[in-house]
Amino acid sequence: MHFSIQNLLFLLVALAGFGLFAWQASRIRANVLVGRDRDVSGNVNERLWKTLLVAFGQQKMFKRLTPAFLHLIVYIGFIVINIEVIEIMVDGLFGTHRFLQFLGPLYSALTGTNELLGALVVLAVVAFWWRRNVGGVRRFTGVEMRAWPKLDANIILYVEVVLMGALFLMNAADLKLHQLQGAVLPGAFPISQFLTGLLPDSVGALEVLERVGWWAHIVGILLFLNYLPSSKHFHIILAFPNVYFSRLIPQGQFSNVDSITHEVKAMMDPSYEVPAPATNPDGSVAAPASFGAKDVDDLPWTNLLNAYSCTECGRCTSVCPANLTGKLLSPRKIIMDTRDRLEEKYNAPLIFDPALYGKAAKHDPQEQLDKENHTLLRGYVTPEELWACTTCNACVEACPVNINPLDSILEMRRFLVLEESAAPNSLNVMFSNIENNGAPWAFSPSDRFNWADELFVASKEELGVRS
Amino acid sequence: MADQTAKRPVSVPVMADLAARGESPEILFWVGCAGAFDDRYKRVTRAFVRILEHVGVNYAVLGMEESCTGDPAKRAGNEFLFQMQAMTNIATLDGYGIKKVVTACPHCFNTIKNEYPALGGNYEVIHHSTFLQQLINEGKVTAQGGESFKGRRITFHDSCYLGRSNNIYEAPRAVLEVLDADLLEMKRCKTNGLCCGAGGAQMFKDAEPGNKEVNIERTEEALATLDGDADVLMNLRGVESTAPALPAGSDRGGSVIAVACPFCMTMMADGVKNKEREQDVQVFDLAELIASAEGLNA
Repeated sequence: MHFSIQNLLFLLVALAGFGLFAWQASRIRANVLVGRDRDVSGNVNERLWKTLLVAFGQQKMFKRLTPAFLHLIVYIGFIVINIEVIEIMVDGLFGTHRFLQFLGPLYSALTGTNELLGALVVLAVVAFWWRRNVGGVRRFTGVEMRAWPKLDANIILYVEVVLMGALFLMNAADLKLHQLQGAVLPGAFPISQFLTGLLPDSVGALEVLERVGWWAHIVGILLFLNYLPSSKHFHIILAFPNVYFSRLIPQGQFSNVDSITHEVKAMMDPSYEVPAPATNPDGSVAAPASFGAKDVDDLPWTNLLNAYSCTECGRCTSVCPANLTGKLLSPRKIIMDTRDRLEEKYNAPLIFDPALYGKAAKHDPQEQLDKENHTLLRGYVTPEELWACTTCNACVEACPVNINPLDSILEMRRFLVLEESAAPNSLNVMFSNIENNGAPWAFSPSDRFNWADELFVASKEELGVRS
Repeated sequence: MADQTAKRPVSVPVMADLAARGESPEILFWVGCAGAFDDRYKRVTRAFVRILEHVGVNYAVLGMEESCTGDPAKRAGNEFLFQMQAMTNIATLDGYGIKKVVTACPHCFNTIKNEYPALGGNYEVIHHSTFLQQLINEGKVTAQGGESFKGRRITFHDSCYLGRSNNIYEAPRAVLEVLDADLLEMKRCKTNGLCCGAGGAQMFKDAEPGNKEVNIERTEEALATLDGDADVLMNLRGVESTAPALPAGSDRGGSVIAVACPFCMTMMADGVKNKEREQDVQVFDLAELIASAEGLNA
């Protein structure tokens, strides 16, 4: 071990990197928790199993094989190569050099696998870049895919290439350094062994290059870690809790509003005792919550976690029947709007301030937006988008990390109908038909049984004659 | 083979009458508003009753006492109206001690099965596709003795509230299989099925501005599947572009788009009409196909 100023510097850089990330994570946690309560207790085994399948196992990615395969490479690369980050951390703190080499043959397997995966990751990232920027994949377009989301997506790809490049530079320089000194570098380097020819033959230069690669890799990782909270790439962390906390009930089951249940029960049964309203910490009666959602803090916290878990892949929008037929609704936009509004109203991220790009940039035509009130409903999401939803659950089914755009759409519809009486007129007609006729159409309830008039069945003597 | 001309009148048993006699049925057939009022879907209701009569199930309907489950109100955001409807219906059902409900409407099915329990209504709820599958499995329905669908092309359009909402994909297909027809799957089927455009209360309002109606998009896919039109199938959005399933050399005339939902029925039938294909393509509900294959129409 050679303690040096480098180790102290590394300690400071690592502390700063992880410290800053912890601070950013706490701000995001606070943002998510401005949402309303939603009970996610219990069913731990079922939730863990689902997390294992959908998050760890990427089950839903495999509905589309090409991107699933590419993504799997980057995902496995991320996990396996990060084992080497442990080594970098230890080397950096204690001045060791490749401390995992005590693993012997296993170390060769690890470094060899890392190099192969690193090369595959670079290939996959190039394919991703091509699909996104050249390949004409329709779901990477749309009104919500403006300057920032597009730039963000490409930054992530560039950073991944830079990180892999740093890894190869470090290995190749180290390898050549050992070769020049007649020593054997522990480990296997199936890719770097072909790169040594590109490097200078001077020991001094190689020592510098090895350090540059080493520092670039770890500093790059720490910088990237602190970029995540501002980026769609945060999904690499939040996909797991998001899947864990996602709904276990059938997709067709919509939540009931408990406060309305109490009201209706009291109407139907005068002896029903409505529970006492919630109280503030000082004992005063809390103001009743609005029906449905006007702004982000009216949504359940799980929906806000959804917004931070979204990687803007657009699978939801690409299968949305409304979007497919040219309507304004895009489930991805609802989710992205939720995050932007949350970051506008509460803690903003470090790197990207949504105000810089403006909410209006994400809606055409923009005159539909309420310029005075920046609330999620009307300030970002317009009623026209919400009313186009057929509640078909295609977006929910399509999301690889179990985001539920439909839940937020329904909450905003509830606000429109119950707080603003702002349903389209034809729906108000439907409501009054149900109230008056017990059917959504304007038929007389007395005709409800007419279908049974003059009904005959072919009689098969040997079968089914009712007594 | 039974005498096809013989027929008998059906007096549909009403729950209130059964209760007055102190009887209770094995199943309650929940007709639904479309099944009771929509002229096209009334034929499905009647077909399903013919099947119930034919197999001799002990059933009853609520008749005039039935009321909207509240599905369209809930999905349009009117939670208050939904809960009023739900609790009224629960009071009716519980008043008769109903345990088992069968319905031909996936929206009624989903609402009663999934959303009534939290409001105090607990029943075994079965969609008619599952019920018909059970009858077939028990050998009570054989799809013999009536119209033959052998060699005809049928494609099944998944209802969102049956499929994605409740994971019922196999029952309707099992029912169709008994017809011995040429079953063709649309590319966007099962979990990837494309909505007909009527769910979430869309049935009761005009669509928002766009460049196409959802039911036209879906009907075009269904027709292309039945016709084996590869060009149309290749350009479908929202699915990975795999080779389209082309039908074997079966007869194109008398093709059927099969549905299991009253709203899908309306949307697909409108789509076929819009495409001027009523001559060779018909839209039928599962119950109608089974009743006519079984020779129960009279």
